[in-house]
Amino acid sequence: MNWEAFWLTVRLAAVVSTLLIAIGIPIAYWLTYSRWRWKFLVEAAVALPIVLPPTVLGFYILVALGSRSPLGRWWESLTGHTLAFTFEGLVIGSLLYSLPFAVQPFAASFGAVDKSLLRASASLGHSPVQTFRRIVLPLSKAGLVTGFALSFAHTLGEFGVVLMVGGNIPGVTRTISIDVYDQVQTANYSSANQTALLLLIISFVVLSMVYGFNRRLWAVGPWR
Amino acid sequence: MAVKVKIASTRQTPLQTSAQPISSELEVRIRKRFPNPEGTFNLNVHFRALAGFTILFGGSGAGKTTLLDCIAGLTDPDDGRIAVGGEDLYDSQKKRNVAAWKRRIGYVHQDLALFPHLTAEENVAYGLCTLGAAERHARSRQMLGTFRIDHLRDRRPAQISGGERQRVALARALVTEPRALLLDEPLAALDRPTKSLLVGDLRKWNQHHRVPILFVTHNGEEVFALGDEVILLDAGRIVAQGQPHEVMRAPRLETVAHLSGFENIFDATVVALREDRGTMTCRLGSGAAELETPLIRAEVGSRLRVGVRAGDLLLATEHPRGLSARNILPGTVRQLEQRDVIVSAMVDCGGAEFEVHLTLAARDGLELGPGKSVWVVVKTHSCHLMAV
Repeated sequence: MNWEAFWLTVRLAAVVSTLLIAIGIPIAYWLTYSRWRWKFLVEAAVALPIVLPPTVLGFYILVALGSRSPLGRWWESLTGHTLAFTFEGLVIGSLLYSLPFAVQPFAASFGAVDKSLLRASASLGHSPVQTFRRIVLPLSKAGLVTGFALSFAHTLGEFGVVLMVGGNIPGVTRTISIDVYDQVQTANYSSANQTALLLLIISFVVLSMVYGFNRRLWAVGPWR
Repeated sequence: MAVKVKIASTRQTPLQTSAQPISSELEVRIRKRFPNPEGTFNLNVHFRALAGFTILFGGSGAGKTTLLDCIAGLTDPDDGRIAVGGEDLYDSQKKRNVAAWKRRIGYVHQDLALFPHLTAEENVAYGLCTLGAAERHARSRQMLGTFRIDHLRDRRPAQISGGERQRVALARALVTEPRALLLDEPLAALDRPTKSLLVGDLRKWNQHHRVPILFVTHNGEEVFALGDEVILLDAGRIVAQGQPHEVMRAPRLETVAHLSGFENIFDATVVALREDRGTMTCRLGSGAAELETPLIRAEVGSRLRVGVRAGDLLLATEHPRGLSARNILPGTVRQLEQRDVIVSAMVDCGGAEFEVHLTLAARDGLELGPGKSVWVVVKTHSCHLMAV
């Protein structure tokens, strides 16, 4: 059992899903309330990681992070090393990879908040942003929890993007899923089984918590 | 066929001296076109509402809610001007359009829209976000007291009754001291005692906060119970404006009769109470005609309104005997008018004019015509009493 890879993965998932709360809420807010006619293009772009092969996504991220891209050069001048094949690079790749898993539940729950509440809030002197903070966010608790948990679980199990962007550096970029792959490659089935089982259990527990939490919210009252 | 009844400013309750005398006037002149299932709907209105109750009365689809939405800033008119207390909220010429949340206009919608995750007290305090915590607390507590919902302050909307929710919604809008108040059928779901209690509380508040209250209803009785002033809206246009009994009675608009359900409406004074029999006697207008009506909580000398449906009245050409009906008023037929198969007779009973609906056969059988002496028969329980 490779505990180093395990904790690295958990750390990556925690960092990514936390950052996605901060990044995903403004994006979901915009997607919910914007009346821009080309909004659907942004919606499609956000959903891309769901359908793209992770290797394709990983390839583009690798190019974007590499020392030939403006972002890669800027990061290199700042820190002295490239983003590719580092933990930070892995975080950026995972952010993009798991973005729809946070944004979509967020946007769905924002959109489900009764419009009459927003109108009432406006009539009571609250700006749209204040209304969002005091009415929409509290009533979207279930969506926020779902988005956080889904992006956490999704990041836990990612493989293709990590392999492309992070490579396979023990302690830096070697996550559980890559560890399982390595062990199978070296015919170390019992160890692979242990690691795979652990990932399976964690993912199942996280998802059970999501569905259990949503169910409980439904049971408590007519409001969510 | 717009019937304009002049705004009678003398009818407005005089301005009361209070700790915070706020007085404002609402002026609306807007047009808005929008598609609806029957083609295009045209809202085109121009009116002024002074402090006090102004009833917006009209059937469904008359444009009442759209009009309120425009005033609240929740939807934009095509052009025109909306001003409150002299300040422009919307002016298409000056390209001015104040955002809804900066308008300081209270709006209680029929669905109330209480915030489900907040307690009653938090709901009421919601609009006071610019105040300090102590002030916010004091003001919301006071408003909870005014609306008699202090004991519910820690409950969520889902845990209180419909009438209590209505009170919370009203308190939440009023506590912010809006410059005008828009009420879109806020009492529609209430039973009558609850309704009149709530109206009393609203009136009390309005005596100290002299702001215009636009009150939407399609219930004719509410018009008489509340209105200082009525605006009758039909298909996006104002067809009449004035005091309730003028708008609802004088212009014999089909919409009015249809909506109010009472073709006969009288200002009346209580002259005697018969508590043992459950009735009382009311004098109609300033004339001599009196009606025995069901007893309500009133005192001798108090003023109210009596509504009687034209179809509930009987006409007799001789003084009837042996009838259970308690009111037999002598009068003279002034005019007869035939509408389809209904004959509408206007009968003058010494200062009070009744409209009576008859069949064609009854008209011919009684040989009715202008100038004929008749008796109008009114059952006690056909008299519907409304507060002034």
